[in-house]
Amino acid sequence: MPAATATNGGARGDELLVVEDLKKHFPVTRGIIFQKQIAAVKAVDGVSFTVRQGETLGVVGESGCGKSTMARCVMRLLDVTGGRIVFDGRDITRLSRSDMRPYRREMMMIFQDPYASLNPRKRVGFIVAEALEVHKMGTEAEIKKRVQELLEVVGLNPEHYNRFPHEFSGGQRQRIGVARALAVNPKLIVCDEPVSALDVSVQAQILNLLKDLQSSFGLTYVFIAHDLNVVRHISDRVMVMYLGHAVEIAPRHDLYVEPKHPYTGALLSAVPIPDPEVGRARRRIVLEGDVPSPINPPSACWFHPRCPRFREGHCDVETPPLTPFGDGHFAACHYPLERWPMTEEEIRHSTRQPVS
Amino acid sequence: MALLEVRDLKTHFRTDDGIVKAVDGVSFSIEKGETLGIVGESGSGKSVTCLTIMGLNPKRNTISSGEAIFKGENLLTMSSSRLRDIRGDDIAMIFQDPMTSLNPVHRIGAQLVEAIQLHRDVTKKQARARALELLKAVGIPRAERRIDDYPHQFSGGMRQRVMIAMALVNDPDLLIADEPTTALDVTTQAQILTLMTDLQKDFGSAIIVITHDLGVIAEIADDVVVMYAAKIAERAPVANLFKRPHHPYTWGLLGSLPRLDADVERLVQIRGQPPSLLHPPRGCRFHPRCPYVMGVCKTVEPELLPAADERDHVQACHLDVETKDREAAKVLAGTMAEAS
Repeated sequence: MPAATATNGGARGDELLVVEDLKKHFPVTRGIIFQKQIAAVKAVDGVSFTVRQGETLGVVGESGCGKSTMARCVMRLLDVTGGRIVFDGRDITRLSRSDMRPYRREMMMIFQDPYASLNPRKRVGFIVAEALEVHKMGTEAEIKKRVQELLEVVGLNPEHYNRFPHEFSGGQRQRIGVARALAVNPKLIVCDEPVSALDVSVQAQILNLLKDLQSSFGLTYVFIAHDLNVVRHISDRVMVMYLGHAVEIAPRHDLYVEPKHPYTGALLSAVPIPDPEVGRARRRIVLEGDVPSPINPPSACWFHPRCPRFREGHCDVETPPLTPFGDGHFAACHYPLERWPMTEEEIRHSTRQPVS
Repeated sequence: MALLEVRDLKTHFRTDDGIVKAVDGVSFSIEKGETLGIVGESGSGKSVTCLTIMGLNPKRNTISSGEAIFKGENLLTMSSSRLRDIRGDDIAMIFQDPMTSLNPVHRIGAQLVEAIQLHRDVTKKQARARALELLKAVGIPRAERRIDDYPHQFSGGMRQRVMIAMALVNDPDLLIADEPTTALDVTTQAQILTLMTDLQKDFGSAIIVITHDLGVIAEIADDVVVMYAAKIAERAPVANLFKRPHHPYTWGLLGSLPRLDADVERLVQIRGQPPSLLHPPRGCRFHPRCPYVMGVCKTVEPELLPAADERDHVQACHLDVETKDREAAKVLAGTMAEAS
């Protein structure tokens, strides 16, 4: 198990968010009146990372790896089972609702589905203004002016203030979601799959918008996505999650050019490349089977049942810690990849030097 | 003769607001054993094209015209009983969402057996043996036991495998896959794409893949149709499309993709939104969003013609070929002009 120390390097003091050994277990119960817990879904099980002021941390992983649960815990939308969340120097892990309130305007969220995340009965002006009103940030006239400014900033017509969400397309709705998140001048924005539901041309518009806003307002992002291309484009550092654990954290370039964890390698080799010559020449690492159930996860290394480098008696016995590989690159594997790209064959048969 | 030849296909829907021209003059053909990719954004008409070929549009408010000649017969004019014989037998379809396209209250095996017995005069036992054989072929582990499971007992990737098995039960000559991997994770997507290409080798079917993902197209298609606003913008062999794209919309699509193998500071964005198909723009349908728009684009609709000497690479754009080659090179180098 990775120790509860900040494991990803970088200068101290400029961290906006520090997460240490975060755990979120959902109980599985039996019985109606006398509910008895019979098991737990370990959605997030010991994740540590830091996010520095002004940077973008990308989080990738397949469905069910716990990335959204992790985000909801960080936002304190879910109560954590264990671990610590330090935001801007203060431990917010167990703050009460009212103590949490001043921090709510410092961290905002952009959701995946632009159709479900906007109240269809409210006008756009109200949706964007709501947080400003809740936090009493100005008079009615000031708020209205601010909302119109925000609509302009995200590339919408300020005159559309009085329209309803259904009058907008998917991309425009996601812009409304961005305006809502920006309204209270937050320091941190957690984006949970913000472009997954959009067409590629619109996706490019939103990604460019998020980058522009980051440079003009000095925003810090935690950017969750399952699309490795998108994460590479927007992130400074990337964390790869598998079954509730961080298996690799690295600066963007290192992760994509020299991945250490076999799971990261498999993910990278599975991404279709929009170039028939490059794409078809490449050899894929095709993982067998599905992600195991987080109710009854595999012993020791969580990835061992699907891993091409699995070695009996080691990987299924001893849990690999997050090990440093220099320059803020960490991976949790006993037999990390020596180079990249490698074919499945090479991975299976290359000399496997255990990490001491 | 081509296995399927689609000529000037039009599908118009009558709605309360007027006539929506969802497909407006689309032509392509596909040979045996070949894979045709149809790429475009939501609402470009790619799914409706295939639904029309399969005769699956609601009859009441649909007006279709044109031809879809499959093995010498026109699918658009044949009787519904003849069409029912062909559907699921000679032509099969895989839908996007494996969660909703299987019947949740019947066992997987029963659903496969039904598909077989509809088209083949076999006993239930023979049909079940065939179903089992296919579940094994698509890589369902412990197929003997899983055949009696319900759809909810399968994961998304496994359900998509079952859908593929169901499409293959009667050895179709043509398989239409509408966004077969969109709902899946990348590693599962890789499994399914590998499976589809392997099965194509074994069964020799022709495949039409509909997708919005140019990456998927690059991996499995032989020929590509790029659709924009109910029409074909460009049609080309896959290598040509990615090496020498001719249409500004294709450039926009290629430029707007973040890529694993290249660092780009800013993505190309196609400004604005796709047009309404109730009142499509005059002239070239892409002109309101096109950074290279000229006077002629606003009034004259471009025809689908070869831009250069390649006969099988056609496009609908007024730009001259020198400009096209120059701008396409810029796009591929990651520095496309962007409309402001």
